[in-house]
Amino acid sequence: MKNITKTFPGVKALDNVNLNVRKGTVHALMGENGAGKSTLMKCLFGIYEPDGGEIYLEGQKASIHSARQAMDKGIAMVHQELHPIRFRSVMENVYLGRFPGHLGVVDHKAMYEKTKALFNDLELDVDPLALAGEQSAAILQMMEIARAVDMKAKIIILDEPTSSLSDREVEHLFKIINRLRAQGVAFIYISHKMKEILEISDEITVMRDGTYVGTWPVTDEKGEKLTIDFIIKQMVGREMTNQFPPREGKPTDEVILKVEKVCSPLKKSFQNVSFELHRQEILGIGGLVGAQRTEFVEALFGLRGIASGDILLNGASYAAKSPGFAKSRGLALLTEERRATGIFGILPILENTVIANQRNYASFGILNDRKRAVDADEECKKLNVKTPSLNTLIQNLSGGNQQKVLIARWLLTNSDILILDEPTRGIDVGAKYEIYNIMLEQIAQGKSIIMISSEMPELMGMSDRIMVMCEGRVTGFLNKGEYSQEKIMALATQFADHTKPAA
Amino acid sequence: MANTSKSKRLFTTAGIVFLALGIILYFAKAPLGLNRKIYDLPVFLIIIGVCFALKGFMAKEKTEEEAALSGKTFSEFLTNNAILLAMLVLVVVICILQPRFMQIRVALDILTQSSTKLIMALGICFTLLIAGTDLSAGRMVGLAAVVSASMMQTATYANRFFPELPQVQVWMPIIIAILACMVFGALNGFLVAKYDMHPFIATLAVQVIIYGACSLYFDMPPNNSQPIGGIRPDFAALGQMRLFNGLYKGFPGISILIPIALVICVIIWFILNKTVFGKNVYAIGGNREAAVVAGINVFRNIMGIFILASCLYGIAGVLEAARTAGATNNYGNGYELDAIAACVVGGVSLNGGIGKVGGIIMGVLIFTIIQYGLQFINVSPMWQQVIKGVIIAVAVAIDLTKYRRK
Repeated sequence: MKNITKTFPGVKALDNVNLNVRKGTVHALMGENGAGKSTLMKCLFGIYEPDGGEIYLEGQKASIHSARQAMDKGIAMVHQELHPIRFRSVMENVYLGRFPGHLGVVDHKAMYEKTKALFNDLELDVDPLALAGEQSAAILQMMEIARAVDMKAKIIILDEPTSSLSDREVEHLFKIINRLRAQGVAFIYISHKMKEILEISDEITVMRDGTYVGTWPVTDEKGEKLTIDFIIKQMVGREMTNQFPPREGKPTDEVILKVEKVCSPLKKSFQNVSFELHRQEILGIGGLVGAQRTEFVEALFGLRGIASGDILLNGASYAAKSPGFAKSRGLALLTEERRATGIFGILPILENTVIANQRNYASFGILNDRKRAVDADEECKKLNVKTPSLNTLIQNLSGGNQQKVLIARWLLTNSDILILDEPTRGIDVGAKYEIYNIMLEQIAQGKSIIMISSEMPELMGMSDRIMVMCEGRVTGFLNKGEYSQEKIMALATQFADHTKPAA
Repeated sequence: MANTSKSKRLFTTAGIVFLALGIILYFAKAPLGLNRKIYDLPVFLIIIGVCFALKGFMAKEKTEEEAALSGKTFSEFLTNNAILLAMLVLVVVICILQPRFMQIRVALDILTQSSTKLIMALGICFTLLIAGTDLSAGRMVGLAAVVSASMMQTATYANRFFPELPQVQVWMPIIIAILACMVFGALNGFLVAKYDMHPFIATLAVQVIIYGACSLYFDMPPNNSQPIGGIRPDFAALGQMRLFNGLYKGFPGISILIPIALVICVIIWFILNKTVFGKNVYAIGGNREAAVVAGINVFRNIMGIFILASCLYGIAGVLEAARTAGATNNYGNGYELDAIAACVVGGVSLNGGIGKVGGIIMGVLIFTIIQYGLQFINVSPMWQQVIKGVIIAVAVAIDLTKYRRK
């Protein structure tokens, strides 16, 4: 891709960007959110049409106007958020749009056999007839890769492929990538996870604010590897001395939330969860995907049912009936799926900011527009949301800025307990640091935070205490000072069939 | 800044030009013998001129950034206003073919005919805003018409629905009719909110129930399904009264329906833009899951939406009964589809979350003007149907290309 330029109303998203991907390599594409990685990929994949620049495939100039054309030319894309057709089988999803058969009659048997063969190749043990909606994110991703392999794709774009995978699943993914790379497939790998990138990729291209910064081989002629610090420096254009802001002060002894033996009505979900949350404490919840952490906090916020157990909030019994009730009792939940359950894409930032707090701007149901605007403006400025105006639609913001708006939403409600589910997922380094700062500020103001995170450094860097869950059970607590990735991992993989007692 | 002041100047100048032209023509038409050629055209020009001038005068000073963002090219302007422009062309063509179209009487007629449709469309837009629909709207109009008319007959009328009923206050049957609609609206809302039923199915079921219930009521002895007539003049006045009648020679008066519809427009605009409820409607339509997480009581809001909508259908039904001084159980049949079409042409998205009162007013007016205009130049009713359908398809197609970015 050469000198690609793309302008959106008001923003120059890409400015003369170059990208050279060689056959049989994994090419990492890095940059902060809003750097233009996704836009560049969408240009390559025919979703956007660039205003300038050219795309060459195997030396030949290619014009790509639709996803279909991109696929015909051997380009496949595995999106960060997968949207399978939930009520159809896995194999139908794999062969969607190109069902095998004759004269419009689908040959289901051939489709089954082919899918089976593909899955065997990818070491995937999934029944092709299973419903796609029942599969985990990891399997859906493999399904997409299987699709790409079957289409004989020469370039596979992976957009944040590991954001919802456990370590074991990541290992599997890398194994497959390595195999396909050996077969001559080129990968464009977009991720924020430095370690992974250094492990898997051959070359790295860094983008910043829609411009091309440079391309470096991961291992240079002398056999020296790039360092994480070097990459971060290229991405943010400045030295990052600390990944986490310093924590001042300590949690108080006052117990603000006490959860005792809380069980889900579903057998496979969380069971017997007990813990205490102190005022001004950041309690981290660690665990693998499927540890039912999200389900538990959703139940705490009234989005799911609770079968048994007691919850005491400020010493008084608390029964989470609905999110509205939880909100009125001073709880706030920042959900994991920003797009699905967080933002109102087609509404402006203003509405997105004040939506949870409307009642406080209204008398007899009639809103005070001026107060809403002033508050939203103040909060968004405080959190450094980068936007031309509050009337901009939130869907036009980068992920990091969307997340800041969502945090602003909950700060406006003045909640005592902030539940943050993967608060920095898919967010660039700079915005992460800002969000950590916001968390510490809230703590300093006497609030408490429960944070779910799948990123070990974040969990260890931010939490005052870590609770680890596995398969819906709490497998242990770790206090500050005794953190290590190994300890957390050991607790997180304490599956029920293990006989070891809880640590 | 240059951009904004330019558009401001453009509107102001255009306004003054129209105004001047209108005034000149107004005084010149009699001496020039144009009375039978241009009719009330000068008055329209003056009105258009005043509107443009006001728009130019009131135009907000936008910040530079916003001005740059909204800086539209000519072709974008065309797509954004395609239906409006097409309508203007049609109006001009009709005026040339049939100059009698240029009369204030015609304009008032169009507004009167739009009034009840507009009230319905405003109700249905709430259900569209949450990506739903309401198929029971038309039957609710029928229900409200029958219920209100049945209690509003003159004492001397031979075929009274309730022979023993004394002459009640006018507002009582109106309230009863609207309440009857709201009960069914609550049923709609309950099915949708409680059981997560798709509004299409829920309101389809309720539509059938309402028609049945209304027919049963209509069939009660001694009425036995006879059209209800002998409506009291004080009730009929609600739909037939004309304000400023005979203000000057030949002035037909302004139908009371027009101010009623206007007041309702203002109320609905206020609800949608200035109340918690209105904002919640947009939020639920924009992303229902996120609305739940934000602590919005979706059940209560959906109930509210369907009850408010049915209240508006009830009002429309009462006004229909008053306007025609009668009612049968078939009143309002199919109105909901017209109302939905008008909303969609007015820019309400069937995917929910997008829609404005101004757009809906435009949508309703466009439909009425085109229908009235085509009748005026004697286009056959069959062709009118074809044209109406084409308008819906084209309008929505253009609207959707607006949102599809490349």
